[in-house]
Amino acid sequence: MPGIGLAVIGIIIFALGYLYYSKFIAERIYRLDPNFRTPAHQFNDGVDFVPTKKSVVWAHHFTSIAGAAPILGPAIAVYWGWLPAFLWVVLGTVFAAGVHDFGALVLSVRNKGRSIGTLADRLIGRRAKMLFLFIILILVLMVNAVFAWVIANLFVTFPASVLSIFIQIPLAVIIGIYFLRRGKGLLFPSIIALVIMYGTAVLANEIPALQIDLVSYFGGEGAEVAFGLDAVSMAFFVWIVILMAYVYIASTLPVWKLLQPRDYINAHQLVVGLGILYLGLLFTNPEVTAPVTRSVDDVSWFPLLFITIACGAISGFHSLVSSGTTSKQLNKETDARQVGYLGAIGEGTLAIIAIIAVVTLFSTQDEFLANYSSFNAANEMGLNNFIEGAAQLSTGLLIPETIAQTIVAVIVVSFAATTLDTAVRLMRYIIAEIATEYKAYAITKKHVATSIAVGSSMALVLMPGDDRGFGAGGYLLWPLFGTSNQLLAGIALLLITIWLRRQGRNFLVTFIPMIFLLFMTLWAMISQVWLQWAWYGDQANLLLFTLGAIILVFAVWICLEAYLLFKNDQNQGLEDDNDKIG
Amino acid sequence: MGLQEAISRALAFYDEVLSLPHRAEIKRELRDEDDIFYLLCFSEMLGLPNPVSYYTLELYPEMIEQFHDWHLRMGMEKSPLDGIRCC
Repeated sequence: MPGIGLAVIGIIIFALGYLYYSKFIAERIYRLDPNFRTPAHQFNDGVDFVPTKKSVVWAHHFTSIAGAAPILGPAIAVYWGWLPAFLWVVLGTVFAAGVHDFGALVLSVRNKGRSIGTLADRLIGRRAKMLFLFIILILVLMVNAVFAWVIANLFVTFPASVLSIFIQIPLAVIIGIYFLRRGKGLLFPSIIALVIMYGTAVLANEIPALQIDLVSYFGGEGAEVAFGLDAVSMAFFVWIVILMAYVYIASTLPVWKLLQPRDYINAHQLVVGLGILYLGLLFTNPEVTAPVTRSVDDVSWFPLLFITIACGAISGFHSLVSSGTTSKQLNKETDARQVGYLGAIGEGTLAIIAIIAVVTLFSTQDEFLANYSSFNAANEMGLNNFIEGAAQLSTGLLIPETIAQTIVAVIVVSFAATTLDTAVRLMRYIIAEIATEYKAYAITKKHVATSIAVGSSMALVLMPGDDRGFGAGGYLLWPLFGTSNQLLAGIALLLITIWLRRQGRNFLVTFIPMIFLLFMTLWAMISQVWLQWAWYGDQANLLLFTLGAIILVFAVWICLEAYLLFKNDQNQGLEDDNDKIG
Repeated sequence: MGLQEAISRALAFYDEVLSLPHRAEIKRELRDEDDIFYLLCFSEMLGLPNPVSYYTLELYPEMIEQFHDWHLRMGMEKSPLDGIRCC
């Protein structure tokens, strides 16, 4: 099957979903009202609440939700063949992610632009707020560990990309101080910064002296360095320490100094990345060599597929963006359909191209099977395969493959670094908020909270090891990241369902995806925690067992909350609660 | 619409998308500075000694118009000052 065929089928289903399903939901379920006074008008303060054109809000929403996660998940999940991953991305986007992102946006707009966390507090009470905070805490902890591992892994594998990434930091600071702070336009300075970054990548590709290759500095693969660590383990360790020191500084600086100009430059990279991949696909039209489906002995696709691909099919993180910033910018309530639903579809198209890049990479099916020899191998090699596949597609645009590999690695590292920066900052806020709830005020201080965030993330990423040793097994955490993300989506869907039910509307469109997600998450966690990671399991691992058990407890907690809410509503009558949430 | 105009429109749109969160952040920081300045100007009425109240008094007519938004931002639903009954 040609790769373009997959893209066309996916885009057609997305188009049908947007044209018909989202219209049905907008008119019959959420009942959008063009005359409703949105929070952007009601509380217009020129800062947070600003009525904005829907095309601008959509594009901004899309750049906020798209990152490295919708690339990594599908690149791993093709382990079970391309069809399960493709179907979950396409159907998950249409029936779960679109409804979830769209619903979180509408719920927030109908409730004065409040965030999902505040709505959980208002709807269920303090217990739900604490549950919500703990799940986000687990999620951002996983994000920090997984993305730090992703970056360290790419730095070790693609040393030509390192200089470009580090050169971005002074460029972003200069743009922040000289342009952003003074209210000048960022467009041209940021494009120049991007050109310098890619120019550096091309140069580093040609001149080995510009490649920061720690493994070769430590004597090459296999060489023993110190404390019983070999060169690769030591390289991982050093990169992770450097990254954590960097995120500590980045997340405590004012956002305009580094974070925002970097986001601006990285937003260009999203456009460049999507453009290169889809145009490359058009010009090369490679054949899919991966098997359609594949039966494996180590890890069954059911239910692990549904947590391996979180972003790209459905992601709870989107509800934070929808209700945090986007809902305060909607000009009309009817714009929510384009912004929320089409935003999820945008992420779906990124996931589809990630699948295509990987399933067309190998020249034969045997090569694919040899590369994806086990689930752990898929976890470990998925992202590298995506980069090589994307580079192969880029040859359609006459970009030499080795240069394209470095540039795609720069793009993926930039996405991951942006996520890492934001997640560490977010973790600091959550630690401070939980500490405030428990009256531990010393922990709320900026540097104390950041030290806890960075220290725990570093410990987590360094703990799991694989056959290459210390620090190289961060990929083992990926299913836990997917699980905590799906749990967050489960809470958001629960809140939307409760709201719809109290409005006396058909709530099945959100209730079914919620049950599906919670069921898959519970099943995946039970099978992994109790059958694999427990002390008697075939892959006994105390760290994964403990983390998995914590997530499992949260999943059960959400199910109980959902059950109690439905039961209470049934007993009290729906009308009584209608004024609680509007 | 000529090609040049179409390109400049597309660039303006692109810039607007990318600048949206950054502009808000800068405005928020400026507003926070303004809020502290308000607090200093009204400090005498809130019971804090203000050595330059003789001069800040002159600013009151200008500030009163924005006082309502200020006390809402500070988390006070109603005006904290008896002398100013904005709501």
